[in-house]
Amino acid sequence: MTLALYVPRGSAVHRLPAGSKLLALAALAVMLFALPTLPAAGAALAGVLAVGLLAARLPVAVLVRQARAVRWWLLALLVVHALTTDWRTGAHVALRLLTLVLAAAVVTATTRVNAMVAVVERLCAPLRLVGVRPARVGLAITMALRFIPVLVERADRIREAQAARGGSPRGVRALRTTIAPLLVQVLQMAHDVSEALDARGADDVPPPRRRRSPTPEAS
Amino acid sequence: MKTRDLAYTALFAAIIAVLGTLPAINVGPVPITAQTLGVMLAGSVLGARRGFLAVLLFLVLVAIGLPLLASGAGGLAPFAGASAGYLYSWPVAAAVIGWLTERTWDRYNVAIGMLANVLGGIVVVYAVGVPVLKVVAGLPWDTAFWSGAAVFVPGDLVKAFAAAAIADVVRRSYPVIERPRRAAGAR
Repeated sequence: MTLALYVPRGSAVHRLPAGSKLLALAALAVMLFALPTLPAAGAALAGVLAVGLLAARLPVAVLVRQARAVRWWLLALLVVHALTTDWRTGAHVALRLLTLVLAAAVVTATTRVNAMVAVVERLCAPLRLVGVRPARVGLAITMALRFIPVLVERADRIREAQAARGGSPRGVRALRTTIAPLLVQVLQMAHDVSEALDARGADDVPPPRRRRSPTPEAS
Repeated sequence: MKTRDLAYTALFAAIIAVLGTLPAINVGPVPITAQTLGVMLAGSVLGARRGFLAVLLFLVLVAIGLPLLASGAGGLAPFAGASAGYLYSWPVAAAVIGWLTERTWDRYNVAIGMLANVLGGIVVVYAVGVPVLKVVAGLPWDTAFWSGAAVFVPGDLVKAFAAAAIADVVRRSYPVIERPRRAAGAR
């Protein structure tokens, strides 16, 4: 399971700070809706393609994959607008959507997940006022990323065990005999992980600022 | 938030992600996925607060570039697309389901759970998703409703039942939601 859309390259686009890339993306979205004309959307699309393919040297396939995810939407937009308003409006709305999707894909493909997590932690800084600790948000993200392969592995193991016993239960029975117990199992696992983390000092209460210990061996 | 609650939250974000790898059934532009099952489970197993945060965390994982949505979409693109409204509705859906589940915790059963899942996981999702679809895609109301809601309701009902049945078993064997405060002292 490939777990990131990041495409490593040594380009200037890759080296830009993640925060400014996200800001540029937001600005593009505002601009596209503020200047609702077909040429503006076309120019923006050309710009996004130039940045993605030429400046960042991303493979065409990366952008094609993201565009394919919305292909039915684009087609539906064209058809519906051709029937209800006119094809020009349809082309404009579809082009705008495609531009935004590709711009987001460029940001994602040129920015490491770690850098994005750091941006998330920084964006969470104002939430300190309502009691959110940014480091805890980072910890939650890290835990979720670690749990994903664990869950896949546990589900596979159960499937294999059932296959060995001659097939798996289906329908309502499977909910009660397979899925619910699996869920209980992983809830217990999450509980164990949290106790292990607390035992290593990840507790909710921030530790009091300790004065440097006078003896050299206690650190 | 206790580390335990943080771990449960992260676990359900991961569960929603893994459910996205199950094959999706494509009906027109919006795929029918198992991910809304994860949203319903987050609310009905974890309750309002942790359920809400679990789904929010999942969306953060998608936004920072992991291809976790069904069909392998990820990054910021899905949040700008025509089906973005459904994504925004998910945390609210989990919160509503969680709130209803907490309210009915002492007499929770599959029927009550299913009702909670329908109100939060179907009514809330479409109340947010369909208007966003209409505006972003520039569709008339009736088209938006038929292509963005009606086709999914049968599948959603199955998921609402499945989530309630699972949550009912989990409630009896490993309850994560705390009992109401007045009862807590009696235990």
